[in-house]
Amino acid sequence: MSDVSFVRTEMLPEKAPPVTSAGAIGWMRENLFSGWFNTALTLVSLVVILYVLSAIVPWVLSPTWSGTSLNECREMLAAAGHNGGHGGACWGVIRERWIQLLFGFYPSELYWRPIAAFILLAVALAPILFSDKVPGKLIWFSAAYPFIFPWLLWGGTVWGPIAAAAGFGIGFVVYRILSDAVSSLAGMIGGLVAALIWWLALSGLAVSALESILPIGIEAVESRKFGGFMLSITIGIVAIACSLPLGVVLALGRQSDLLIVKYLCVGFIEFIRGVPLITLLFVASTLLNIFMPPGTNFDIILRVLIMVTLFASAYMAEVIRGGLAALPKGQYEGADSLGLDYWQSQRLIIMPQALKISIPGIVSTFIGVFKDTTLVSIIGLLDPLGLSNAIRADANWNGIVWELYGFIALLFFVFCFGMSRYSMYLERKLQTGHR
Amino acid sequence: MKKSVFFGALTVAGLAAGAAAAGTMDDVKARGKLNCGVTTGLVGFAAPDANGEWNGFDVAVCRAVAAAVLGDQNAVEFVPTTGKTRFTALASGEIDMLARNTTWTFSRDVDLKFEFVGVNYYDGQGFMVPKSLGVSSAKELDGATVCIQTGTTTELNLADFFRSNNISYEPVPIETNAEAQQQYLAGACDVYTTDASGLAATRATFETPGDHVILPEIISKEPLGPLVRHGDNEWGDIARWSLNALIAAEEYGVTSANIEELAKGTNNPEINRLLGTEGTLGEMLGLDKEWAKRAIAANGNYGEIFAKNIGENTPVGLARGLNAQWTNGGLLYAPPFR
Repeated sequence: MSDVSFVRTEMLPEKAPPVTSAGAIGWMRENLFSGWFNTALTLVSLVVILYVLSAIVPWVLSPTWSGTSLNECREMLAAAGHNGGHGGACWGVIRERWIQLLFGFYPSELYWRPIAAFILLAVALAPILFSDKVPGKLIWFSAAYPFIFPWLLWGGTVWGPIAAAAGFGIGFVVYRILSDAVSSLAGMIGGLVAALIWWLALSGLAVSALESILPIGIEAVESRKFGGFMLSITIGIVAIACSLPLGVVLALGRQSDLLIVKYLCVGFIEFIRGVPLITLLFVASTLLNIFMPPGTNFDIILRVLIMVTLFASAYMAEVIRGGLAALPKGQYEGADSLGLDYWQSQRLIIMPQALKISIPGIVSTFIGVFKDTTLVSIIGLLDPLGLSNAIRADANWNGIVWELYGFIALLFFVFCFGMSRYSMYLERKLQTGHR
Repeated sequence: MKKSVFFGALTVAGLAAGAAAAGTMDDVKARGKLNCGVTTGLVGFAAPDANGEWNGFDVAVCRAVAAAVLGDQNAVEFVPTTGKTRFTALASGEIDMLARNTTWTFSRDVDLKFEFVGVNYYDGQGFMVPKSLGVSSAKELDGATVCIQTGTTTELNLADFFRSNNISYEPVPIETNAEAQQQYLAGACDVYTTDASGLAATRATFETPGDHVILPEIISKEPLGPLVRHGDNEWGDIARWSLNALIAAEEYGVTSANIEELAKGTNNPEINRLLGTEGTLGEMLGLDKEWAKRAIAANGNYGEIFAKNIGENTPVGLARGLNAQWTNGGLLYAPPFR
């Protein structure tokens, strides 16, 4: 009896996977139709999506780009066979007003200035956001940018921002001299006082003196001319840029051992967080007006900027405090054991980790602040939402709602989605593998 | 730089307080611009066009005052104000005058310390209903749902009207006129009530305006007019008589078309005094002789302004009604220029 068993001596060539488990069909089988329940869900979802799209797509694709009034749009829609009512969007309003929605009342011959300001903003942000991809020297431009930005937007003499920057220089010089001669605390206080004296008392005189000797400047634009997305972005950027450092200081102050500093910070944070932003805006727009002597011209946008910044920094402080609280105590003790002083340990050990932990919270706060800028329409500033009301007050466009809100929502989405994607990129980049 | 301006302003605040009270007219002349408060946007009354130019019925009053005082109808800084910020803006001196379809009431005049300089539009609260409802009088609205803007006098007027007629209603609170249009068209309420001018403007935007009727009842008095602060009577006089000049010009037949001709002198002494060829009225106001001529030439007389912005040939399509001259059975009655 011969026992012949089959022994394969060479490998079979690899076969392509069956069509039912590879490619598009395989993907669909695995993800959409992997069981009778999921199949049913998929079909129901498809029906819902198609139903929604069948209502929205014809509305969006309406041939009304050249319309000059709502009634003309309706005639065009009727001619194109769209049935009445919500038969189609009236895009003529966007064609006529998109520039206004972007720039507000900014003089049209000066549009290059906000555009330049926002392009330069990208340049200035590059060394901060993508530090590994651009030359490090660019950070000097980032340092100068806070003075270039308001100058480009508001215009006026070039000496103003230079004098403002000089305040920091003076403060730093005094700090170095005093901290070498006396102590670092005295240096800090002295530097702050010197800078404040310069800004409050001397810089105005210096600016007017320099202006009379060498008048260099660009045409000034009043705050009243600001509007539309330019206003939102300006408020958003200033609030975001100022609230992060303020928030760090407040968070550290709240954890400080110095009693007065601690309770000042706690009081500030809790007060601001306990009050709605809209209340602060009303304080900025009406209450300050009543308290200040008549004739005082305290710029409305500056008032709003300060209020929004304070509001954002209180939230930022709590987000960063969350990051600080998440650090193990060993990190603080490790820093101490290396002999680092308070600021060194914060700068080199604590903050880099705490900020990394807080990134999602920080970016959420940024996005929230940016969207909150639309609240300024309630105090009569013409941000995109305020402008949409003003546009509807034009007899040609009265009655248009969805098109304007849709356009505004789209632009806001672009900015907020961009920020959110960047935060995810940053988290991936800083991933140091603690899990 | 803004900061230094601000802090400088604060340090000399005490001095400025004294100086600012000196006179609004001097401030305006020194500034070279009139700061005029308007709405953030109301059809026919004030709205910016695509180039950012403000136009409208209230805006024309601002421009007339600017033309009278500064000689340039474009020397106006329009400050958009909301219903909540308008009075503080005026009281604090942020604006020199407010022309924002504001109803002249006792408490605003007396308690809030403002000076209404006249009435440029006599309005009143009305009702709009779909024709299909088959209602011909507001008294038949028993049990109706009513769309109404919250926090306005219209809310109080409505309650008064229904109570005094002993009928019931169900309010649907809404925030803005745009929202009201959507709610009303969607059938969320049977009736929309607001100022009659607003109803007309709203109805004009509907796809089929003929399907909706504005009921004959007007349930409130809403005299809308420009206002200034209490206590600066010289400035109040200028605003008051600039408005009166526009109204009188219509009465005397002075239009933007014939004003140059009439300004050479006419047989009518009233026109001569108005346009400055006789008498010293301008001097009494602290202005020059041709102040009223410039105010009228800016956008035409009252009738021309009305026809251009809210008249029957515009989308708003308002009839003159109460806003006709007294000679035509209306309420417009400018005191004599003498």
